Amino acid sequence: MKIIPEITKESIKDLIGNNQREDGRTIDQYRDISIETDIISKAEGSAKVKIGGTKVIAGIKLQVGAPYPDNPNLGVLMTNCEMVPIADPTFEVGPPNEESIELARVVDRGIRESKMVDLEKLCVEEGNHVWMIFIDLHVLDNCGNLFDACELAVTAALNSTKLPTASIGDDGLVIDKENTFDLPLNEKVVMSTFVKIGSEMVIDPSLMEEDVSDGRLNIGVTEKGLVCSMQKGGMGPLNKKEILDCVNIAISKSSELLNLIK
Amino acid sequence: MITDGVRVDGRKLDELRPTKIEVGVLERADGSAYLEVGGNKIIAGVYGPRESYIRRLLEPNTGVIRCRYNMAPFSVDDRKRPGPDRRSSEISKITADALRPSLMLENYPRSMVDVFIEVIEAEGGTRCAGITAASVALADAGIPMTDIVVACAAGKVDGEIVLDLSEKEDKEGEADLPIAIMPRTGEVTLLQSDGNLSEEEFSKALDLAIDGCMQISEIQKEALKNKYLESME
Repeated sequence: MKIIPEITKESIKDLIGNNQREDGRTIDQYRDISIETDIISKAEGSAKVKIGGTKVIAGIKLQVGAPYPDNPNLGVLMTNCEMVPIADPTFEVGPPNEESIELARVVDRGIRESKMVDLEKLCVEEGNHVWMIFIDLHVLDNCGNLFDACELAVTAALNSTKLPTASIGDDGLVIDKENTFDLPLNEKVVMSTFVKIGSEMVIDPSLMEEDVSDGRLNIGVTEKGLVCSMQKGGMGPLNKKEILDCVNIAISKSSELLNLIK
Repeated sequence: MITDGVRVDGRKLDELRPTKIEVGVLERADGSAYLEVGGNKIIAGVYGPRESYIRRLLEPNTGVIRCRYNMAPFSVDDRKRPGPDRRSSEISKITADALRPSLMLENYPRSMVDVFIEVIEAEGGTRCAGITAASVALADAGIPMTDIVVACAAGKVDGEIVLDLSEKEDKEGEADLPIAIMPRTGEVTLLQSDGNLSEEEFSKALDLAIDGCMQISEIQKEALKNKYLESME
């Protein structure tokens, strides 16, 4: 359990009351963001995202497998996140905890509900063979706002993913790794995360701001500016105006984030 | 796999893969290092010495080291299931054993040094690369140590003794001999071997691996110096 001094809480709240932050940003400003893609040659798609000091890597692995019986013609999408103990002194070794499961599920929901990946085009043979997309997130350095960094890394990694050609020949399934094409994507998606500090909603929280905040709101936005996924986290309640204001800012920030993904 | 003394990737028999080390790559960890050797990409991070929250590991008269070697699911050709398996548990243990002799933990009773090794991409020889990176990260964390441990493998491919096996050579070769040493004294802190070697071949491979370690040791020291040169600029 982390102990935050009262004086730190008070000074962060005071700053934010004056539209200032501990690192000099305004309350609706992101830290510097950088994205590198194709960093893992053994993965079919990959990306490393830095938001300030936060660093995450997303890797995409592809396998042909059996579809779910209720969707025999759809590819399968799976998102997993490892908050490895290298990233933060409070992260521990062991099976995924509640936090990393929530992180993976919120990121997954953004990708899934925006229908970013065209799952129908991932069907090789209806009912028997479809592409399964494994999205693995590796958090390397936690300096706050893992949600936006992870969503950005997954979108950038999927955008760089090359899919081998799969077909059904006389002897069954044939995978041709030499002939690849881009993973079929519809609209891309990005996420903006806000935390409530005092009476203000602050975008892209630093670790310190996360620690002193009362509540959190994640908003996934598609390329067309539609809200495709949301999640409220943290103990503190949010009022209607705060939520609507955040949605408005998230939509206006989305083009800024999408422009970073080539 | 070997023609006229040249290996599949164009190296000579006693040549290392291109190696690069960067120090201080993570913000939260007390010490960290990034290492690339051939196609391997590895990040090592160190926390501590810190209070041991695992009571059974606590020692009343010395600090202890705990290592965790972990491969990212996307680091290999066929996705690796996340979490520990028997292979990574063994590597974690021998990594701790390889690093421990260099650390002066007697000054830190009841505390723990955590070493985390994340394999981001694997291309043969990750245990050696992990130890090499971890030792640099320990130095970066400012933990008192008598030496910087360095690891390298030699092996036998197509009947020839070669240095620093690539993934292909490791899979298709005849023998693999990873070692770690403390270069100042030459003491060996890790030694494993699989595959058949005659006494003469073993001796030759050991000498070759030690020679490889000494070369990598220079890269480790250079990387640590560079961090401080950069911070002075």
